Amino acid sequence: MSDIATTHATKGTIGENASRPDGGPKVRGEFAFSGDLWADGMLWGRTLRSPHPAARIIAIDIAAALRIPGVHAVVTAADLPASVNYGLEWRDQPVFATDVVRYVGEPVAAVAADHPEAARQACEAIDVQYEPQVPLLDPAEAAAAPPIHPDGNVFRQLTIRTGDPSARGPIVVEGAYEVGMQDQAFMGPEAGLAIPADDGGIDLIVSTQWLHNDRLQVAECLGLAPEKVRLSLGGVGGAFGAREDVSLQIHACLLAQRTARPIKIVYSREESFLGHVHRHPARIWMRHSAEADGRLVSFEARILLDGGAYRSSSYHVVANATCFSAGPYKVENALAEGIGVRTNNPPCGAMRGFGAVQVCFAHEAQMDKLAEACGVDPVEIRLRNALATGDRLLTGQVIEGTLPVARVIREAAALPLPPSPEIADPMTRPGGAGRTADAAHVRRGIGFAVGFKNLMYAEGYMDGSAARCRLSDGLATVTCAAAEVGQGFVTLAQQIARTVLGVEDVLLAPADTSIGSAGSSSASRQTWMSGGAVEKACQAVRAALLQHVADRHGIDPAQLTITDGRVTSTDARDSIDLAVADAAPGVVFEEEVEYHHRITHPLDDDGQGDAHVSLVCAAHRAVVDVDPDLGLIRVVQVATAQDVGRALNPLQVLGQIEGGIAQGLGLATMEELTLRNGRILNPSFTDYLIPTALDMPEVLATLVEEPEPGAPFGAKGVGEPPTISSTPAIVAALRAATGKALNRVPVRPQDIALGDGE
Amino acid sequence: MTILSPTSIDEAVAALADPAIQVLAGGTDFMVEVNAGHRRPDKVLSLRHIPELRTWEQLPARDDPAHVRLGATVTYTDMLQPDLAQLLPALAHAARTVGSPQIRNAGTIGGNLATASPAGDTLPVLAALEAVVEVASPLGVRDIPVATFITGPKRTALSPGELIVAVRLPLLDGHQEFRKIGVRNAMVIAVASLALAVDTRTRTVRCALGSVGPGPIRATEAEEWLAGTIDWDRPAATTEAPDLAYFGRLVAGAAQPIDDHRGTAAYRRHAIGVLAERAAAQAFGAGSAA
Amino acid sequence: MKVAMTINGTSQQHEIEPRVLLVQFIREVAGLTGTNVGCDTTSCGTCTVLLDGESVKSCTILAVQADGAQITTIEGLAEPGTLHPMQEAFRENHALQCGFCTPGMVLAAVSLLQENAHPSEQEVRSALEGNLCRCTGYHNIVKAILAAADAAEVPA
Repeated sequence: MSDIATTHATKGTIGENASRPDGGPKVRGEFAFSGDLWADGMLWGRTLRSPHPAARIIAIDIAAALRIPGVHAVVTAADLPASVNYGLEWRDQPVFATDVVRYVGEPVAAVAADHPEAARQACEAIDVQYEPQVPLLDPAEAAAAPPIHPDGNVFRQLTIRTGDPSARGPIVVEGAYEVGMQDQAFMGPEAGLAIPADDGGIDLIVSTQWLHNDRLQVAECLGLAPEKVRLSLGGVGGAFGAREDVSLQIHACLLAQRTARPIKIVYSREESFLGHVHRHPARIWMRHSAEADGRLVSFEARILLDGGAYRSSSYHVVANATCFSAGPYKVENALAEGIGVRTNNPPCGAMRGFGAVQVCFAHEAQMDKLAEACGVDPVEIRLRNALATGDRLLTGQVIEGTLPVARVIREAAALPLPPSPEIADPMTRPGGAGRTADAAHVRRGIGFAVGFKNLMYAEGYMDGSAARCRLSDGLATVTCAAAEVGQGFVTLAQQIARTVLGVEDVLLAPADTSIGSAGSSSASRQTWMSGGAVEKACQAVRAALLQHVADRHGIDPAQLTITDGRVTSTDARDSIDLAVADAAPGVVFEEEVEYHHRITHPLDDDGQGDAHVSLVCAAHRAVVDVDPDLGLIRVVQVATAQDVGRALNPLQVLGQIEGGIAQGLGLATMEELTLRNGRILNPSFTDYLIPTALDMPEVLATLVEEPEPGAPFGAKGVGEPPTISSTPAIVAALRAATGKALNRVPVRPQDIALGDGE
Repeated sequence: MTILSPTSIDEAVAALADPAIQVLAGGTDFMVEVNAGHRRPDKVLSLRHIPELRTWEQLPARDDPAHVRLGATVTYTDMLQPDLAQLLPALAHAARTVGSPQIRNAGTIGGNLATASPAGDTLPVLAALEAVVEVASPLGVRDIPVATFITGPKRTALSPGELIVAVRLPLLDGHQEFRKIGVRNAMVIAVASLALAVDTRTRTVRCALGSVGPGPIRATEAEEWLAGTIDWDRPAATTEAPDLAYFGRLVAGAAQPIDDHRGTAAYRRHAIGVLAERAAAQAFGAGSAA
Repeated sequence: MKVAMTINGTSQQHEIEPRVLLVQFIREVAGLTGTNVGCDTTSCGTCTVLLDGESVKSCTILAVQADGAQITTIEGLAEPGTLHPMQEAFRENHALQCGFCTPGMVLAAVSLLQENAHPSEQEVRSALEGNLCRCTGYHNIVKAILAAADAAEVPA
């Protein structure tokens, strides 16, 4: 698989299935999640949230709440010393609602008490007088509706125009598609501990994806210099995009500042569903035209994303959805219009796949329609249109890196199919434990899909990551603020340090704001960005070490290398052969670096520009068993080939693939936050269903390794592709088995059994 | 909040003289409501430490037909043990669909009855088998048929001071089964469920529906039609198959489903008909079990 | 109320409020934070512990109900500094990412092997139905449990 040697004297280097450094503590129950934190004199914080999707606040009376024994503080917007708004990219979201509330769940006040029960009672005792307004709930009406926020109702409208959009091939297919609101549903609810410091600042330990961005927003709202707000990463119980936005950070810090006591906040599962952003629901229309042989001639798309009440990352989700709306296919003539709007629904933002997921569901359904219209096999039609290095994206950008679309298609299609429905155990049929189907009721279908997206941020964003490496007598210590959210960056950081320095002992310092920002653990960017920073820091230390040895021996450092954990000279006459640990006794080497990827550029008025750093693709083939009369589903197998650049830790890559497919399966078949009048009806794991071990299919995966030029070790981020095309592959298989159109995900039993939603 | 943990039924019944006390069995529903703040009990009576409630017995065959008597805190895991499961296969099927191993270790038959959720998994089985609920109070023990025990969604015929102590189920001679629809293949709340039980001795068919009405519903018209259509004296394979689709339609007609976030009324009605047809086919179709 | 139970072999006797949940008793009174809370509706399984040897969800049991019981939490599976074979199998097989579900998963798995020393893959999956994982897609967890079962077959 890999063209780089995988035998090393140094164990646990790049390309190996190195163990997670946090694996031991995690299996022993010793790993400290942010909800496990404790401090002497600690108070419990709790948030009061709006029950209305749209209402004017007439008055807030906190007197009764303050009288409850054990209550130390009740804070509202009036208590914010500085900025009253926050936001991931744009500060449009009130820390606490002032005159209006714009979604069910919007924070209105927070309390601190010496017991969670007292805090709960205090929240109940806060008397908020609301004057409910008619909420704006239909995203299709939002752009033309009276603004529900001073910044207006449109987060972004992006038009991409290329070639002659009026060009038409002889074969035309058209369709309208819908994607429901998915939730990241990480297992460890939001939690943090804010501790007031003697210098007037705050120390905050929190589970987040981006320490430094949180810090900036906390500092602005508390009126503190950023360096007075010190964040460190509490153990993170999964993220998937939901921890990119601030949740409890500002509330906890404000209460800590107010009470001069440590404040702990832990969300319940219900509050977690209310307290973080979700995947944007989407309505998408597409029209493709092609030559008779299936080669695309034109592409048109209209994409409507419901961003909910506040902007979060909607601006960039619109960009991703629009830029990648045609999928990984060549098309000369295109008009793609994306719009993200503000409504009184819950705010939406980042989730694994970030805009590419929604459009992939649509473009892959279209490719299947096109295949049928042309009488071409679904795999073949994708091969005929597959993008490759040197081709242009919709945005006009020429693909300079690797993008092995045809190869992932071929390799996924070549994986073995499961044995035909061998129905011994009723638990493995659609309906599972409910024993709803007998063998004769089950039909099998196969579906195929391909997806792609960019790695890292785009459109000129100056992205970077900082890392520090210290080497002393063979012990390396790596410091980086990259948030380990479960993805395994900590493993990679050690592997990289071992590879560059030739030492096995690599300590990871805690991730905190004592070093520069590592950026967010999102956008499949940490392997590249923080991996790059760690590599660069280690290389700097390595150079310093070699310089030191060279100086001592009076030779040119260029002659020295580190191989198999030993410093040796390329010139045999030097007879230098030192273990790295013994190469510079007592000397400490320490280097801190910043890493940046190449510069990108904004999109122009026609949506054209070199906006993206690198691209990644994957193909999925799904085999499903369906009970068409009841609409119940069992996904039997998902086979995938994924463009990984280079697998730095194949087992971890596989873990990302399997976990990502589980989330794609969830979106295809069960996961949706259902809203009524802006209120989430199912904010619990009883009713927001995520796949169990019994829902998960067999996964076959091929890692396609074509090292990406410019990427550290040639590796691409691997977290997002598994969620992008797994969903459309599963739905394609359902269509194949049932003959239903299934234009909406998640596919509900009634959609199959009764043809609802068609 | 105060908690009483009696060790005998008599003690428990005596404690129930206090009208404020709430009975806690396995806690799989009760404690979820407490955690959500929907239930704020001042006084709780925990049944966990009453061993006699956790037992079951097969009553002597002189009771015609024979019965199984399940103590109120017999758990779903207990119902899945082979000795009990072979006596009451539909109940075992239903118990298997409840939650997960941890929930089945905690949840009890008495709790499922007392909660009286429209989606209670064992309730259609109890309704189909015409189980009898034994209820104790300081006045003594009375029997309440399941059909009258559940009076509505989360409502029962229990009077203040009464405790469910046992459930008696008849041992029928014939095919019985339970089917349940959920959107996920495991650990899911029923969107629709159905229990079917055949009794060849009395030549009756019993069919009860869950999650498609305020409580379990007996599809009596469908039952009678099917019992009257099949030829009880000849093996299924040798007779013309009954019109099981018609049976399905009759069952669907008996449902009283509503729309909610777990499913639509139209789907529930459709699905219950499909389940009925399939269950009947298992019992009476070609190669059937009956 | 006074409650006494044995957690991981250590007697824990405390005066507590009756409303305290078993998981709160374990985490906040006994100070064992390895048992996580991912929901409060018995849906996620992260709070799974063994109560008198049976796996239960400690978020919906009152501490008082566990009076007199033997509780095993993730911290009690192995001596300090060592790993239980199931813990070792999880670590070896990359059966965790964020790790939040891991303690509950490990205990559900230990409970399974106590009842069924040689489960099939399907039996393992059934035993895990009450334990949600959002990171791994379960495959490495299932592999780890099967590996632990296999390893236990080798006579010591």
